Amino acid sequence: MSQKITEKHFWILKMLKDNDRIFKNLYNDMGADVVSAQKRGDWVKTEEIINKGRDWIINEIKESQLRGRGGAGFPTGLKWSFAPKEVGSRPHYLVINGDESEPGTCKDRDILRFEPHKLIEGCLIASYAVQAHICYIYIRGEYFVDGQKLQAAIDEAYEKKLIGKNASGTGWDLDIYIHYGAGAYICGEETALLESIEGKKGQPRLKPPFPALIGLYGCPTIINNVETIAVVPTILRRGGKWFASLGREKNTGTKIFCISGNVNKPCNVEEEMNIPLKQLIEVHAGGVVGGWDNLQAVIPGGSSMPLIPKDKCETLTMDFDSLMAEKSGLGTAGVVVINKDQDIIKCMARIARFYKHESCGQCTPCREGSGWMWRMLERMAKGDATKDEVNMLSDVTNQIAGHTICAFGEGSSWPVQGLLRHFKKEIEERNNLDPIVQKKNNIPYLVDQHLLEKKNA
Amino acid sequence: MSLRRPSKNQPEKFEFNSQSLEAANNIISKYPEGKQQSAVMALLYIAQRQNNNWIPLAAMKYIAKFLKMPYIKVYEVATFYTMYNLSPVGKHFIQICTTTPCMIRGANKLVEACKEKISKNECELSNDESCSWMEVECLGACVNAPMMQINDEYYEDLDKDKTLKILEKILNGETPKPGSYRGRLNNEPENNRKTLLDFKNA
Repeated sequence: MSQKITEKHFWILKMLKDNDRIFKNLYNDMGADVVSAQKRGDWVKTEEIINKGRDWIINEIKESQLRGRGGAGFPTGLKWSFAPKEVGSRPHYLVINGDESEPGTCKDRDILRFEPHKLIEGCLIASYAVQAHICYIYIRGEYFVDGQKLQAAIDEAYEKKLIGKNASGTGWDLDIYIHYGAGAYICGEETALLESIEGKKGQPRLKPPFPALIGLYGCPTIINNVETIAVVPTILRRGGKWFASLGREKNTGTKIFCISGNVNKPCNVEEEMNIPLKQLIEVHAGGVVGGWDNLQAVIPGGSSMPLIPKDKCETLTMDFDSLMAEKSGLGTAGVVVINKDQDIIKCMARIARFYKHESCGQCTPCREGSGWMWRMLERMAKGDATKDEVNMLSDVTNQIAGHTICAFGEGSSWPVQGLLRHFKKEIEERNNLDPIVQKKNNIPYLVDQHLLEKKNA
Repeated sequence: MSLRRPSKNQPEKFEFNSQSLEAANNIISKYPEGKQQSAVMALLYIAQRQNNNWIPLAAMKYIAKFLKMPYIKVYEVATFYTMYNLSPVGKHFIQICTTTPCMIRGANKLVEACKEKISKNECELSNDESCSWMEVECLGACVNAPMMQINDEYYEDLDKDKTLKILEKILNGETPKPGSYRGRLNNEPENNRKTLLDFKNA
């Protein structure tokens, strides 16, 4: 017991200092209006940053090693440098992705409602860096109230001439508009998001061409997550070196973690990258319900990342590369804690239902396969599945992942693969019915016969 | 993909009122010239607000003409996105998140409460025809699970009793206060804050 306490004290001592936190108003202690934001350091001498020039801004972001916060973790500086150097006949656009719909994630919402000026200032700097005069912020339709708060902040910024014509006295013109989504998870995929802004159904486009060259209305478009853009002004004020000094190589800076599920004090908290998962849960989220030993598994990065069983959670650190090494991912850093009171198969069946509901229907493997996975998992949760179906389910996931236009195929099959990887024994114990049809070549449902032959699969 | 069908009972005509018209023109001005199709999502919202929270086919036809785009394109958008109600819902439209993070914190109790107070089945009007409820996918407030959305507002950190009380108020025509129902400040760890303490006490 005493050892546990010292461990916890050690963690608290090692915790990121408040001074190094970027989102100081994460819980709205101070108000989100422009005056309070300026007191926190937003909009202070923005023109000086911009006057240092495009190359300096992009280089500083590259030096900070900032990686996109929307899930894929693509280096932001590199993305910005893909924008054409000269503006041709087609204007450039900046699009902010606030279509936060990944189960387990609720960080962008707090930025939209409590730190809108960080986002707006980031929009101005990023727009300048990629030479865009128009910026669209895409917000999921459910966040209507939070979007209204952002709109109020945008209106304030126009009034104070921080954006608009000659924004902040920099000579750069910028208009920011909000575009509301309407309940489609897939619109968080960048090309589906562009389709949605163009007024079509949100079905992803083939890549290439990448949006940096042919994006919104066929024009060069840079798309970034809300959190990515909102940290940019602070990085430029304090220097890329400061940001890079937090976390570890290639996984730098701070990140808002959303800790939900079976913890005593679910919360959002901004912490350093590479923080141990156990510290995150024990210090900030008040521990697992029923104690650490009652932990069953953790989904580390939003529902599409494979879960991680308890024994690995002891030593796990939260960043892009170390989670990748565990065959999972940081994703959006939405940590869902599942304790032993929950039926893990049922939990994953519910996630499979989510993906079945949200598939856009464009690619057959995903449209059909997501439903298959859901129905099989539901049966497995009840113990109604046969022995051979475990392998069949694994087969189905492999036929979805990598065979679709966008990453939704991976996103929907990874959680199932994670379940099969770590909890296969549980599934097999519960489902020991003999196959309805014994002959190997005559399995009656789901999988086409020719695909059962390995050489064709 | 969810299957969504328009209501069988459709009004014959739909037109924007002057307020909607102004809002619609304002939205169209946000997009480049000739790209007015971008406004279709916002215009569908406006139609939904004007028409008691659902979109009749006549409104889709009207919007298609308004934006000079084919009717089928508007229909596609309206049926693709789940937040457009294609058949009548209650004036108070209750959506309960039941995706895994909410599920493991007891979202089914909220569903039970709705079944008791409003209607036995989802998407069914309550006896006084003022409310309807449905289960939805992740609403993006996982840290405040379980939660529900009533029209635009989020009600967070709920349990069955709290939900019953909120529904009672709604049925009595009152507007309950949105936000956390355990009294914590937004997304902070309840009584366990280790960060940004200076700002809290300031």
